[in-house]
Amino acid sequence: MDNFCEKIFAGDVRASARLMRLVDDRTAGYEEYMKPVWKRAGRAHIIGITGAPGSGKSTMTDQLITRFRSEGKTVGVVAIDPTSPFSGGAILGDRIRMAGHSTDEGVFIRSVGTRGHLGGLSVSTMDITAVMDAMGKDVIIIETVGVGQDEVEIAMVADTCIVVTVPGMGDDIQAIKAGIFEIADIFIVNKADRDGAERTAGDLEMMLEITPRRSGWKVPVLRTAASSGEGIDEVVSVINAHKAFCGGNIKSARLEDRLLHVAYGVVREKIVREVFSEEKLRSLLREGADPYSAVDRLWHGEARGVGAAE
Amino acid sequence: MSKIRILIAKPGLDGHDRGAKVVARSLRDAGFEVIYTGLRQTPEAIVATAIQEDVDAIGLSILSGAHGTVFPRVVELLKEKDAKDIVVFGGGVIPEDDIPALYESGVARIFTPGTPTDDVVRFINENIKPKDVA
Repeated sequence: MDNFCEKIFAGDVRASARLMRLVDDRTAGYEEYMKPVWKRAGRAHIIGITGAPGSGKSTMTDQLITRFRSEGKTVGVVAIDPTSPFSGGAILGDRIRMAGHSTDEGVFIRSVGTRGHLGGLSVSTMDITAVMDAMGKDVIIIETVGVGQDEVEIAMVADTCIVVTVPGMGDDIQAIKAGIFEIADIFIVNKADRDGAERTAGDLEMMLEITPRRSGWKVPVLRTAASSGEGIDEVVSVINAHKAFCGGNIKSARLEDRLLHVAYGVVREKIVREVFSEEKLRSLLREGADPYSAVDRLWHGEARGVGAAE
Repeated sequence: MSKIRILIAKPGLDGHDRGAKVVARSLRDAGFEVIYTGLRQTPEAIVATAIQEDVDAIGLSILSGAHGTVFPRVVELLKEKDAKDIVVFGGGVIPEDDIPALYESGVARIFTPGTPTDDVVRFINENIKPKDVA
């Protein structure tokens, strides 16, 4: 096992890709590999990119990879796409927009299906990010699944959270609702060459003016046209400014929050697996137990460790 | 929870990818995770992607007639990268006469036009197991 992890710490692509696989599949014993990996994590700057389907997240990611590579930084990308709720299969197509980087050894891109997880990420996203971190990637970009209003888990994972929107997505009331508009460290109005871009940016700026700041960071609203690269230089310089701001202020607190979030995820999985398995719950429900009583009975030890209830 | 992961790739200069998309969609409906990378991929890019994504198999779709050079090149690069456990199969406009040489070079299966997509799913289920060891 030490040997396997050493390969990952040396940046070996095959070993790292395999651990990501074990993590994603929750293969028995993957936890033992993740322990040394998490000890190594916390060095990379993690950027989250979220927004509606088709808002330009992948194209933005592609542009950012190019810029960070030209600064001499190595880059990891976790690109998340939806898993079919019916077949459990998925088409993971975010790489199409990033094809220019596939043979660059300084770039590691991993496509991940949500596999039923809500919140814009997969259950495995944080572990996969940690593997990239342990590989020594300088910057890690997490591209969420295309989201609507409430998928805010990315804010737990990323140091710098970018919310991408496009003109014409709704009126100014949308901008003051709770949800993803609250988690942005940077707003981007992409496709800013289209009609209505100034109106959208103006609505966001107005919303920000009436929102109390949480951290002393002033959230900017940037305009880009990612497909032509317009405005991307400014995005990179603001990301770097936010990184400097985080480093001096909130990086350690955010890291602790992240570790706590991972720990609670592990708690939930462990309890479900060992106490509240689907099999045990179904058998109680089938006997006519209501959901609350079924949980109570398992919690108090009935049927614990002996498979289905009598 | 292990899930079969498959890279569907289009090498060469084909102008459209309808066939590749139809196959990708039917593999999705069979419960596989399909990584799709779009048109005009070099064998080097395909192999690098396959390794980063830790796929179990690569499905190559080609219409342009370049299968005789591109397919064996992908197999050869996988060997070079110590990844010959990744199964390579292919489809597209490929004359029957060319198939034996492709099998000889290490391609596991060629599907010709008109193949029901169920045949591809069956081939994968029968020949590919998801990887689950470090």
